[in-house]
Amino acid sequence: MSAAPPSAPLPAGAAIDRDLLEISLGPHHPSTHGVFRMDVVLDGERVVRLKPVFGYLHRNHEKLAEGMTYLSSMPFTDRLDYFCSMTNNWAYALAVEKLAGLQVPDRAQYIRVIVGELTRLLNHACLIGFLTHDMGAMGTPLMYAFREREKILDLFESLSGSRMMCNYMRFGGCRVDLSPAWLQAARKVVDDFPRFLDEFDALLTTNEIVMTRSQGVGILPRELAINASVTGPMLRASGVDYDLRKVDRYGIYDRFDFRVPLGEHGDVYDRIMIRFLEMRESLTILRQALREIPPGPILDPKSKLRGFRPRAGEVYGRIEAPKGELGFYLVSDGSPNPYRYRVRPPSLINLTILEDMCLGQLVADAVIILGSVDIVLGEVDR
Amino acid sequence: MEPLEQLRARAEASVPGAVLEIVPNACPADPPSLRVDPGHALAVAWFLRDDPQLRLDYASNVTGVDWPETVTKEKARVKRMVDGVVKEFETVVEKRRPGFLEAVYHLYSMELKQGPVILRQRTGDRDRAVTVASLTPVWRGAEFQEREIYDLYGIRFEGHQDLRRLLMWEGFEGHPMRRDYVEPDDYDYEPTPHADVLEKARKHYPAPPAS
Repeated sequence: MSAAPPSAPLPAGAAIDRDLLEISLGPHHPSTHGVFRMDVVLDGERVVRLKPVFGYLHRNHEKLAEGMTYLSSMPFTDRLDYFCSMTNNWAYALAVEKLAGLQVPDRAQYIRVIVGELTRLLNHACLIGFLTHDMGAMGTPLMYAFREREKILDLFESLSGSRMMCNYMRFGGCRVDLSPAWLQAARKVVDDFPRFLDEFDALLTTNEIVMTRSQGVGILPRELAINASVTGPMLRASGVDYDLRKVDRYGIYDRFDFRVPLGEHGDVYDRIMIRFLEMRESLTILRQALREIPPGPILDPKSKLRGFRPRAGEVYGRIEAPKGELGFYLVSDGSPNPYRYRVRPPSLINLTILEDMCLGQLVADAVIILGSVDIVLGEVDR
Repeated sequence: MEPLEQLRARAEASVPGAVLEIVPNACPADPPSLRVDPGHALAVAWFLRDDPQLRLDYASNVTGVDWPETVTKEKARVKRMVDGVVKEFETVVEKRRPGFLEAVYHLYSMELKQGPVILRQRTGDRDRAVTVASLTPVWRGAEFQEREIYDLYGIRFEGHQDLRRLLMWEGFEGHPMRRDYVEPDDYDYEPTPHADVLEKARKHYPAPPAS
């Protein structure tokens, strides 16, 4: 499926030869995962230029956050990557805790790890579902993934009151405590998940069509991945050992025993496999966390919900979100509102090398390469 | 990670003419940052990336900050001669800090697993001298983020291959993330080829009946 490009890549502003075809993929196209557009120039079926166009879902989240208090933007972070609201909450809470010097109690740290890893499970399962959908397996694997996702969303709903827009974390802890019944339900989900995973694995990873479509397609070399600030499973599929859970050891990740899977070839197939392996590691972390969670308070007593004014200064807090490094850069001038509030969106930055991966590939492969990047437009456009 | 003072001295020794300034950070959770003049920013960036002790190969976060002109009033005591006697008076002195825009780079090392080193570039003012050096040649990951800063803050990055707006549409006026940005009362429609098509179509049909 992959061959040398028949014609050299076109520079951005070059005039287009009559034999080339310029098409606009998106913004309303199911394979673009939302309102995202790619201006593609094709030579036959091969991509010779690809320029992503952003901004269809832009609402200037950062400007909105500058006009409200620190806590008021917490529900808005849910809407960034709307699949993973728990990890968005966590990244923002982490940055503000750094700024204000708050300490998160042990039990809240465990709760964060549990909901964070559950989020990783649902994100990766759905991504593989979407990707196989892009490859032509219309719906079936996706629905299997959605079935499992629904079980996790039920847990989130009973915990936070909302399936997807959880708004669950607070500066210095979490909003509500877990009940023993919830823990029991979570254990059941975690115990049942491997069965789905084995089934999913058997269905897809040795599937002939999946292998032919994805092996050797959209190769991302190691050096380019580092240079282009690619993070998350994308980066590790290219063989770079960089997982913030191991590097920064934020929260209490130093207490858990887990491995970081790495890819060899950096192609689409490796990206699928990385997600399978990461789900298995997440399950290991979840089992440990559900076993060891201690009783205790869930909020730092110094944390204030009203009249919260962190000291002046600037911080950058980052976590390993399911899609990559999600960071929040905050500048405080001592007032109740952040002076500068910046989201470092992994989805947007991972798209930097989309053109490099697609050049010389078939247009049908460009669709699955985009799928393997794993983007959510709420985060790309903010 | 070596101390920032030492890093600054080594960078200044390595890049002749570069003037680096340590910008303090009031919050102890993150280190102070290093301000570099736009003229030498690219050379300093190459040094930070390739130096074997630093190997800052990963530009994690690139963003802009707007600092408009501020006038702060401070009380001061001045001596004045009144009727042949020196007397001290209390007056209010206005302190003006000219406005500027800032581009902030958070750099880490994936190879040595260290960081961050925070690099800043400042523009001369907020209207005319808004050019700083693009660090995209060093870190490709800055490409979209510098475009976003150009779009939302209006900093021009010299040496950027493809400096276009990222999130707002072509033809949009102003830079929405600036502190003094006032949004228009009414937006014109986004100019799309669709408008041209409508215009062309209108010529094909007779004018609507006068009523």
